[in-house]
Amino acid sequence: MPSFSGQGLGCFRGGRLVFANLSFALQPGNALVLRGPNGSGKSTLLRLMAGLIQPLEGRIQWSDSDAGITDDPDLHYGRTHYVGHADAVKPVLTVTENVAFWARLRSPQSDVAGAIDKLGIAPLADVPGQFLSAGQKRRVNLARILAVPANLWLLDEPATALDVDAIAALCDAIAEHRAAGGMVVASTHQNLALTDHAVLHLSDYITEDPALV
Amino acid sequence: MIHRFANPTRFVRLADVIQPWAAGMTFLFFVTGLYFGLFASPADYQQGETVRIMYIHVPAAWMALFCYTAMAAACGTALIWKHPLADLAARATAPIGACFTLLALVTGSLWGQPMWGTWWVWDARLTSVLILFFLYLGYMALNNAFDDAERGFKASAILALVGFVNVPIIKFSVDWWNTLHQPASVLKAGGPAIHASMLTPLILMALAFKAYYLWVLLIRMRGEINAMKVRALRMRQVQQADMADKVAAGKVG
Amino acid sequence: MSSFITILSRDLKLAYRQGMDSVMVVMFFVIAVVLFPFGVGPEANILARIAAGVIWVAALLASMLSLERLFDADYEDGSLEILILQPITLEIAVAAKVTAHWLTTGLPLIIAAPVLAILLNLPADGFAVLISALALGTPSLSLIGAIGAALILGARRGGVLLSLLVLPLYIPVLIFGVSAVDAGLGGFPFKSHLLALGGLLLATLALCPWVSASALRQALRS
Repeated sequence: MPSFSGQGLGCFRGGRLVFANLSFALQPGNALVLRGPNGSGKSTLLRLMAGLIQPLEGRIQWSDSDAGITDDPDLHYGRTHYVGHADAVKPVLTVTENVAFWARLRSPQSDVAGAIDKLGIAPLADVPGQFLSAGQKRRVNLARILAVPANLWLLDEPATALDVDAIAALCDAIAEHRAAGGMVVASTHQNLALTDHAVLHLSDYITEDPALV
Repeated sequence: MIHRFANPTRFVRLADVIQPWAAGMTFLFFVTGLYFGLFASPADYQQGETVRIMYIHVPAAWMALFCYTAMAAACGTALIWKHPLADLAARATAPIGACFTLLALVTGSLWGQPMWGTWWVWDARLTSVLILFFLYLGYMALNNAFDDAERGFKASAILALVGFVNVPIIKFSVDWWNTLHQPASVLKAGGPAIHASMLTPLILMALAFKAYYLWVLLIRMRGEINAMKVRALRMRQVQQADMADKVAAGKVG
Repeated sequence: MSSFITILSRDLKLAYRQGMDSVMVVMFFVIAVVLFPFGVGPEANILARIAAGVIWVAALLASMLSLERLFDADYEDGSLEILILQPITLEIAVAAKVTAHWLTTGLPLIIAAPVLAILLNLPADGFAVLISALALGTPSLSLIGAIGAALILGARRGGVLLSLLVLPLYIPVLIFGVSAVDAGLGGFPFKSHLLALGGLLLATLALCPWVSASALRQALRS
């Protein structure tokens, strides 16, 4: 199984250097939790890892590929699930249809019903998205990543709006994913009960911007 | 990679050298061009004194196309090589090009009234130049429509490249379609079909417009760079206030 | 190809369940055309003379009005971000969304056009040309419009901006669309105008999904 790492990352967003000289490495089964105050770049780092934005310097890559992730995006996108702040739940599609759409884009074989069941929203399977609460929408979004397996999960504040039961279900899903050799990077304020995870404090990488005069 | 800000300093130094020369050339060519155009050239046997409008109209129309081409080239450079100065150059060129286009349209209209007996005709060249004017306006509007300046640069760069298909259409419209507007007489195979006494002021005015463009472009680009620096300083203020908060509150984990 | 069908069927399902979009576009089209007899007077020969142009301009505006939501809804709820991160070709995803847009807006316009042509006294020999010209031209409108719709994502006053960007680019389609009908009415051969529309369609088909996709990537990277 390939590992995932980034070296010497610097990122420039909204006219300022968010962090510089940041490195990380993930082996199969590893989990990395990002911590830091608002604006320290947790979301930016996750978007960088997802391949949504490009680093100003440094590179992110898979151990079995010579190319950086943005040079070989299809390989990277196929291996990665990203959960951002927005849940992408369509109000007129049912829970099943919402999850199945994303699953079908990735693979003809997917376990939509199983994913919905794992997150405890099976009773809502036929309910259109417009009737769901924020926490339920978040669970639909998480069911999307359970339906088709991928090596790496990038979770931006995944526990937002989730109740205790749902957080437990999420932790179980993460544990199962890691047991199968998957990797997780999550930013979170709450304590997800993850076992033996590494922590990256982004406030260690905040830089005085050197070049702006 | 961080020459995003190192680059402009070099550019500003270069601009300091070029700018007075560009200004001097602009005045020199304008004075001589206007002298030849207004006094030292004959009136046309058909068009009379109105022919002198041509010395503004033709160079302005050339500049309208030239500026759009320059803008599209800068946009391509910005998108492919991500050179920060290219974004600024394209952004600075757009209003100048739009003014030249408007000037070409207005002078053409002033010339058309006595010559064709109408202020405006919907022939291929006039229409395509009008579309060029709209493309300039669209570019400028899109450039300023975002709170994030970077996003405005990129979106409008793509638009400028798409709109570039209009440039060859304008250039060759008078050859492809048989229209009221006369075909090219200066830049054509077999040498210019225009007398030297009229060609001299035309060339001088064209050079004056080019020098003027360069001069104003440099001024505008420096303005943009200064605006960028102001933005960066504001960001820094915010960031420093943030840091001070954190120090006051003890280190946050 | 399967991603094309997946996205197309999802967008059609969304349009069908939200319902109003197609109806609104056709209603706008009808009302805009019906305004003209009030504006220029009810003389049958004048209306017949301008019928083709009026129908084309109204179709163009109607198609443009619905464009604003082409990517915007997906942009706002985060779907677009996720779509870009799927192992699919974004150009194909754009082509699927544009196809859905044309099926839900362009096609109803073509169906409504003959009725409006009757209201404007368009002579009978113009009908077939008008329909074929619209059938060849409206997909180009959706394709060109997709570029504008992608460029305005996240902009202030996106709708007004969109018209400023897209309408100048619509002019070639309008010119050939109207001249085809005029040629048909005048008894001249109109095949070359329809071929020009077909050529425009092929060119936009090749170019627009690609440009829109890169505009979408730019929109989400900032």
